[in-house]
Amino acid sequence: MSKPTARLLLPQTRAAYGTLLERTAQHYQERPEATAVVFVPPGSAPHITITYRQFFEGAARYAETLRGIGVQPRDLAILVVDHSEALLYAFWGALMIGAIPSIFPFLSDKLDPALYFERVRLLISHSGAKVVIASAQYAEALAALNSGVPIVSEAALSPSEGTPHFAAAISAEDIAFLQHSSGTTGLQKGVALSHGAVLNQVASYSAAIRLTAEDCIVSWLPLYHDMGLIAGFVLPIVQGVPLVLMSPHYWVRDPKVMLHAISQYRGTLCWLPNFAYNFLAQRVRDNALEGVSLASMRAFINCSEPMRAESHRQFAARYAPYGVKPEMLATCYAMAENTFAVTQGGIDSLPTVDLISREALSTQHVARPAADGELTAEMLSCGAPIPNCEVQIVDEARQPLPERHIGEVAVRSDSMLSGYYRRPDLTDQALFNGWYLTGDYGYLANGELYITGRKKDLIIVGGKNVYPQDLEAIASEVEGVKAGRTVAFGVEDDRLGTESIVMVCEAETDDDDARFEIARQVRMRVAQQTEVSLSDVYMVDAKWLHKTSSGKIARGANREKYLRERAAEQG
Amino acid sequence: MSAEIRDALRAFILNNIIRRPSYKLGDDDSLIKGGLMDSFSLVEVQLFIEETYGFRPDDVDMTVENMDTVRMIADYVQANR
Repeated sequence: MSKPTARLLLPQTRAAYGTLLERTAQHYQERPEATAVVFVPPGSAPHITITYRQFFEGAARYAETLRGIGVQPRDLAILVVDHSEALLYAFWGALMIGAIPSIFPFLSDKLDPALYFERVRLLISHSGAKVVIASAQYAEALAALNSGVPIVSEAALSPSEGTPHFAAAISAEDIAFLQHSSGTTGLQKGVALSHGAVLNQVASYSAAIRLTAEDCIVSWLPLYHDMGLIAGFVLPIVQGVPLVLMSPHYWVRDPKVMLHAISQYRGTLCWLPNFAYNFLAQRVRDNALEGVSLASMRAFINCSEPMRAESHRQFAARYAPYGVKPEMLATCYAMAENTFAVTQGGIDSLPTVDLISREALSTQHVARPAADGELTAEMLSCGAPIPNCEVQIVDEARQPLPERHIGEVAVRSDSMLSGYYRRPDLTDQALFNGWYLTGDYGYLANGELYITGRKKDLIIVGGKNVYPQDLEAIASEVEGVKAGRTVAFGVEDDRLGTESIVMVCEAETDDDDARFEIARQVRMRVAQQTEVSLSDVYMVDAKWLHKTSSGKIARGANREKYLRERAAEQG
Repeated sequence: MSAEIRDALRAFILNNIIRRPSYKLGDDDSLIKGGLMDSFSLVEVQLFIEETYGFRPDDVDMTVENMDTVRMIADYVQANR
């Protein structure tokens, strides 16, 4: 791989660039033959090395086609493209004309294609998108939606390499791209990020992780999620640091490919959701790791779902023979609304572990260091805020709380969202005096952030955000389920290192066979319509579910009741 | 023979992946498309086959299309062991 000699974008050089285009032009002009991306295709196909020249010329083919059909700066482009080189080109091609690319979650084997395309149609209509860029195999199905916007696929592009232009009529305040949370609820909230915000994040986060031109990032993360899009695509392209990229669908089937890629390309940085540490520790055999060395790594950065010290221990023990050292394990707290990272831990020293009293945590909402013999909670620090971010813990009245008091985490920075796209009402709800209210509970101690729980109704499974309301609505439509009498919640799964999802449904019948069949339907429909699967569907009698005084289904109380009943069954 | 393989696979999937041994899992129930397990679990099935039947299924064969029911997995094992 060509060694990069990129001049990095850091806080001290940040002012030199207004937009992502201005910043990246220098890679095309100064280092066209350096490696931008190595794409690792599934199976034994050869790896595809893409230089900066090839990357920007590939993107320019999309830019020219989009311009040719009248797409203007600030128009929204929805990308329904599989995890492939084409996705990289399509995204950057839209950026190049100043349009706003937004990546739609990938179609996977288990999803029902008809429902998937219907989601795309709904997104097009409520977002006001001006164009859809699609993988060739989806173009026909998307055209059949008659959504009224042009569908551009690779076949429609001009056959020759394009000529990149880095001077679209946009400024730092213009929206660069949208990030979506998963699920139908998430699609209502396109997180709009300006060019200035993204550059601020890249500069600040690069300083926090001590990025150098010698780094090499290895990623299998999906690009429709902030961790994959920013850490696993935008940051390396903006910085001119090589990226080795593989598809999440491929990695799930064959997790060793990531480790082989690190070994082959001397990877130094890799971002993973917590479950991946367990997955890699438990499900890769020694005989699949012959000759692999992970000693080149600087940091495996745990991010995007609750982090567990136990997952780090398992991973470090499993891969110690391959060169993994505890000091390579790092932690991060991030969210799409802040472009990506808010805090970073474990780069200059081991991530801090705080042993606190369980009792004080649950009864006093205070993170008091545990006394001898007391039941303890082992809290893994997310690290300190990165240079451009401030973190506060606030109470219900949004007043700041002292150190070690549990409250809602609030974030303020210059890399925050401009707003939820076309939803000023949601933007107003999420921001308070310039602070973004994250919906996570946590505390600060010695300048570092710890996350203890969640205020918002959100389940995080393997790094994917799932709204229980979406799952409950799907279950409610199944015949035999009492409409509106369903509840979904997450249950900690220590073996998998993530949450599992449980659905409780009140049944209209007490016949066991009929209930079994209803539960089967609920599972199947959730699998086909969402990115997740249910670990348990629990059919119960009418009036089983607790409601709050305002008539809402009480998730917490129902979760406790479910856990009690399942525990009693198992004796 | 293949009934034995199906029963062994069923027991493994119920005890280790679905983790509900009393669940009535039929030979033709769709595992992944039916939402009983996610595609991550195919790696576990692959390791189980390797340990139990002494051969490692090719990674490219471990897809939802090929491995979505107990019967499909058992037939694959029978044909390749």
